[in-house]
Amino acid sequence: MPGLSEGKVAVVGWAQSPMVRRTDLSETQLLLRVITDALNGIGLTRADVEFTCLGSCDYITGQAFSFVSNLDALGAWPPKRDSHVEMDGAWALYEAWLRLQEGDIDIAVVTGSGRSSTGDPALIYPMEMDPYYLAPLGVDTVTLAALQARALIAAGLADERSMAEVAVRCRRNAMGNPFAQVQGDGNVDDLLRQDFVREPLRRHDLPPITDGAVAVVLATERRAQSLRDRPAWITGIDHRTECHNPMYRNLADAPSIRIAGKMAGLRDGKVEMAELHTAFTHEELLLRDVLGFDQEVVVNPSGGPLASNPIMATGLARVGYAADHIFRDGNTALAHATSGPCLQQNLVCMLEGES
Amino acid sequence: MSHRPCAVVGVGQTHHRSRRLDVSFGGLVREAAFRALDDAQMTFEDIDAVVLGKAPDLFEGVMKPELYLSDALGATGKPMFRVHTAGSVGATTAIVAASHVTTGKHDRVLAVAFEKQSEGNAQFALGSGRGASLGAGGAFAPFIRAYIQRSGAPEHIGWMIAVKDRLNALKNPFAHLRIEDISIEKVRASPMLWDPLRYLESCPSSDGACAVVLATEDVARAAAADGRPPAWILGTSSRSEPSSFPGRDPVRPEACVLCTSDVYDQAGITDPRRQIDVAELYVPFSWYEAIWLEAHGIAEPGMGWRMVDDGETALTGSFPVNPSGGVLSSNPIGASGLLRFAEAANQVRGAAGEHQVDGAKVALAMAYGASNQYFSLAILANSLDPFG
Repeated sequence: MPGLSEGKVAVVGWAQSPMVRRTDLSETQLLLRVITDALNGIGLTRADVEFTCLGSCDYITGQAFSFVSNLDALGAWPPKRDSHVEMDGAWALYEAWLRLQEGDIDIAVVTGSGRSSTGDPALIYPMEMDPYYLAPLGVDTVTLAALQARALIAAGLADERSMAEVAVRCRRNAMGNPFAQVQGDGNVDDLLRQDFVREPLRRHDLPPITDGAVAVVLATERRAQSLRDRPAWITGIDHRTECHNPMYRNLADAPSIRIAGKMAGLRDGKVEMAELHTAFTHEELLLRDVLGFDQEVVVNPSGGPLASNPIMATGLARVGYAADHIFRDGNTALAHATSGPCLQQNLVCMLEGES
Repeated sequence: MSHRPCAVVGVGQTHHRSRRLDVSFGGLVREAAFRALDDAQMTFEDIDAVVLGKAPDLFEGVMKPELYLSDALGATGKPMFRVHTAGSVGATTAIVAASHVTTGKHDRVLAVAFEKQSEGNAQFALGSGRGASLGAGGAFAPFIRAYIQRSGAPEHIGWMIAVKDRLNALKNPFAHLRIEDISIEKVRASPMLWDPLRYLESCPSSDGACAVVLATEDVARAAAADGRPPAWILGTSSRSEPSSFPGRDPVRPEACVLCTSDVYDQAGITDPRRQIDVAELYVPFSWYEAIWLEAHGIAEPGMGWRMVDDGETALTGSFPVNPSGGVLSSNPIGASGLLRFAEAANQVRGAAGEHQVDGAKVALAMAYGASNQYFSLAILANSLDPFG
């Protein structure tokens, strides 16, 4: 990378809505609350915000230009420096992280939001596939995930029991998370007696359908220290994509995650905790392997996406939970976000306490 | 600002047409990307990151197409970023891509924007499939009526702009509309769509793409030394405002005014009418040229239409606007903002061909989106210090 010194930027606050199967609040109303909560939590108001970047998806909302009405939640008056990505809010955070390094402004708010309850994911998700060769097949996310799970089982990286163990652990972790949608104290043997949804995936291997929104506040070095005793400094952030068609990929590997982790500064899997955007149980097993984690690394203490999966905010929520680890005197944390079939596109964000 | 300089070192666009049935989505974006890479004397291997922009995915029925297009744009193993800020998205794409370079994150970034409107029904998608969509013209006509009422402009101003941009398009080999016999009479005789906008005062619906290569000062100076002049980015800004509330002025949107002062301050522009040589403004319906001349401080309030009436904005006038033919001649919506940026870059590079403005050194590129809410502006110049 070029030698310019990177301006230091930190996560200084965040907020989320309750994660639920269905809310009657509009996306704008969800955002109105989480932006207010994120700012008020650190003594800021909308007037302090100098850059905003929203992440959302018209197809989830079911309306073209759906993000335009979300400007009302930002309180963009006087008009804000602003952008929007048709990606998970984690990529909105990436754009804001870049923007703050230009040096002229100090405070940014980024959001991710989505109400998956208003549509049928099995009908919507095939539309993100290659429109000529894959979309017409109607292959949905769960089917593609099942193919990847089979590849992992064949490669010896997963089996049905280890996958169920991930589900049990995540649901149990979620019992300590008042925002989580799916919680429980089940056991592996009970789960393994259930029928398949798509072999080898059972219901517990899948994420819930969730409505929710997340807002994160970023600050430069000039402001971060005065907003929070222990800001979560972004020491590295990178994202990479790979070939779209899953048939042309080795699904038992995820090279884009390995590159993003390396470019974000992950060395030998050394990190205290990680919040991974692993919406399917086998994905956690793959990421642990690709990122080089040993058993010491605490993964998804929030319950992760298997407990709450607000599409377009799931990745940004990972950054929020990772920042919580730093806020609570942790030293290092990793947040991961993904997009596309079988973990096609991946972002890794490294956070540290005062360094 | 405390960031590294960034320049445009390659520009490419497709031939814009109503239907590009000869190419897939991937083929369309590659046509623009390869032209930009060739212009920069680069290949995909030289590119560190790709930024893709387009307007609503509902236009084509492909959700998050950056996933599918990662292969076509050589992005495997690289960052692939997707921007969507309504109609302004093409210009925002360039600005976000420039941010990758100015902050030192990457050295060579490919910005691509496209729309393949023939795959769907844009009018339908603009209304999100709900019946009787007003369409963009229906949404904008009230703003134009307000402008006319406020400025007292005569009705032929819209016709003049429509003719001027279509005459310019005849000099642009990539332009979609080529109306050889365009005239005031022909515009005036065309059907009324949304009073006061007539059919020939409206943009077409196009399939098309645009791409630019953005790079560091070192890369740009090497290109210059090789006889390939870069276009330096002297200022950028994107701002947004909510759609409707008491006190909002959509004819002179505050987001546009603030964006303008942002980029003028960054570029050291105090007298835009004199210091800017050419402007590529987002004018999908004729009257917007007069409206934007005022909102950008190029004309005094109420006087933008007089610049049109006096022929100042013609290719040979004192302040040429949209020498490429503009959005009125080619409108692949998601790409239209990046086309403004690319055409402005080509003007200051002296690479605009038959529609080149003689001696252009400083250019303004601008795009807007939604109900005059999203603005993205850039100032491009033939040197880092064009006023020195």
